[in-house]
Amino acid sequence: MSDAIVRLESVSRAFGAVVALNDVSLEVRRGEIFGIIGRSGAGKSTLIRTINGLERIDAGRVVVDDSDLAALDEAGLNRVRRKVGMIFQHFNLLSMKTVFENVELPLKLAGQPRDERAQAVWQLLDLVGLRDKATVYPAKLSGGQKQRVGIARALAGKPALLLSDEATSALDPETTLSILRLLKELTGRLGVTIVLITHEMSVIRAICDRVAVLDHGQIVEQGPVWEVFGHPRTELTQRLLRTVRPPLPESLERDLRRQPVAGGRCLVRVDGSGAESYAAVLALLASEPGWQTDIVHAEVDRVGGHPLGTVTFSLRYRESPLRELLATAERQSIGLEVLGYVDG
Amino acid sequence: MWTDDIPLFATALGETGIMVGVSGLLSLALGLPLGVLLVITHDDGIWRRPVFNRVLGTIINAFRSTPFIILLVALIPFTRLIVGTTIGTTAAIVPLAIAATPYYARVAEMSLREVDRGLLEALRALGATRWQIVREALLPEALPGLLSGFTVTLVTLIGASAMAGAVGAGGLGDLAIRYGYQRFETDIMVGVIVVLIVIVSAVQVGGDRLARRLNRRL
Repeated sequence: MSDAIVRLESVSRAFGAVVALNDVSLEVRRGEIFGIIGRSGAGKSTLIRTINGLERIDAGRVVVDDSDLAALDEAGLNRVRRKVGMIFQHFNLLSMKTVFENVELPLKLAGQPRDERAQAVWQLLDLVGLRDKATVYPAKLSGGQKQRVGIARALAGKPALLLSDEATSALDPETTLSILRLLKELTGRLGVTIVLITHEMSVIRAICDRVAVLDHGQIVEQGPVWEVFGHPRTELTQRLLRTVRPPLPESLERDLRRQPVAGGRCLVRVDGSGAESYAAVLALLASEPGWQTDIVHAEVDRVGGHPLGTVTFSLRYRESPLRELLATAERQSIGLEVLGYVDG
Repeated sequence: MWTDDIPLFATALGETGIMVGVSGLLSLALGLPLGVLLVITHDDGIWRRPVFNRVLGTIINAFRSTPFIILLVALIPFTRLIVGTTIGTTAAIVPLAIAATPYYARVAEMSLREVDRGLLEALRALGATRWQIVREALLPEALPGLLSGFTVTLVTLIGASAMAGAVGAGGLGDLAIRYGYQRFETDIMVGVIVVLIVIVSAVQVGGDRLARRLNRRL
């Protein structure tokens, strides 16, 4: 058993003249939550569907749990699919079957006898907290409840791998959070590996260990989440990250000017990953009392065990020391940015 | 007295019932698999067979475009081959079933096509075979529509069975023609129309109710 549960090697797929995937290579390790982010049309859906063979590929290799999908016939693919769960943006529950029957379906498809199935279904319903909804039809459930049923169904075959296709995109923020929490819990309790695709950085930030950024069918950036968030290398990643960067409070934003004000102050923001950046900036600022440093806004989170976020300082504006400070920061590769200037 | 005509009506009603009932069940048993085939062999189906799909569609269209009264006569040799006779209620069942089967196949196709593609994909992701996808997702999800479609088919069959009087099949249509039209017994004609209206309404209302009761999406 290798360390990687999913391995894509130079995978390409085109629909006519439209290239959906272009030479995509990635590895998902056992037990991790791997996120794939990109804008709509970036090829995310195609990518995740190659992993369970719903989408065939034109070139390259897809290896799941040590079996090369290209070498499998339909029956072999079905055996792999029974060991790979999948959840969907629109839940895809059978509307004419009850919650119980929906969760039971994978076991029925696998030919498990009826009396063995029931016990497993009740366990799954307990796991997602829907035991009391067993006899209800999906139409009577909320979005979050439907996705819980979807998760229970996906887990029925005791999969080692769970694929999530924008599973929280149709849910409100609060429900999204509860579903993400459930997914995170599952990796801990059941040791399931999760591959998820999303267009929301907040999802990546909330639960993923590693992330790949997909653009026009190509992976443009890939690595541990804290690293990609802390040092985004491409413009697309930076743009996607802006959605999770907390904006300045409105009161500060309103007073901000583009030009320095005599005797005024300036706002500088540190974008950082890793405690080093913050410590380094604090050291720089503390060594010079002339700055009259003040912290006006800060939001630092821990992502994958690493502090990540932004701190905005207000400093007394002095032209040449400020230039020196920025130069020093750049030498130490600290993301330091002047946001603007305010009255003193 | 109008009550004298009751046995006449009872016999005719029974004949219509048998013709419609048997040919209805036959068209369901034959038309539903054809409808499923039309959907799954389509270009975006789960068992793509474009050539087969086109051939099947063409055959179905050919039968659908032939007026029933012509089909009735054209099928006489075939009918003799199957049931050994070309006249009477039993003989009428053959052309009725053959006319209703492609009709129901198209009606079923429409309902089956409306099943959310996401559901079929979910079943594929669960490792379902094609047959399992048809049995567990396609048919159950389309059930209310399939039932409504069957109701419409029955109503059409009731109308068509009146024409089968032309081959001496008996039934309500035959009664209306022979007594009502040829013997100028207008009250029998009116009676037949009233009975037909009642039956058709009952079938339609009953079918709609059942379809609604079975629909879990509401």
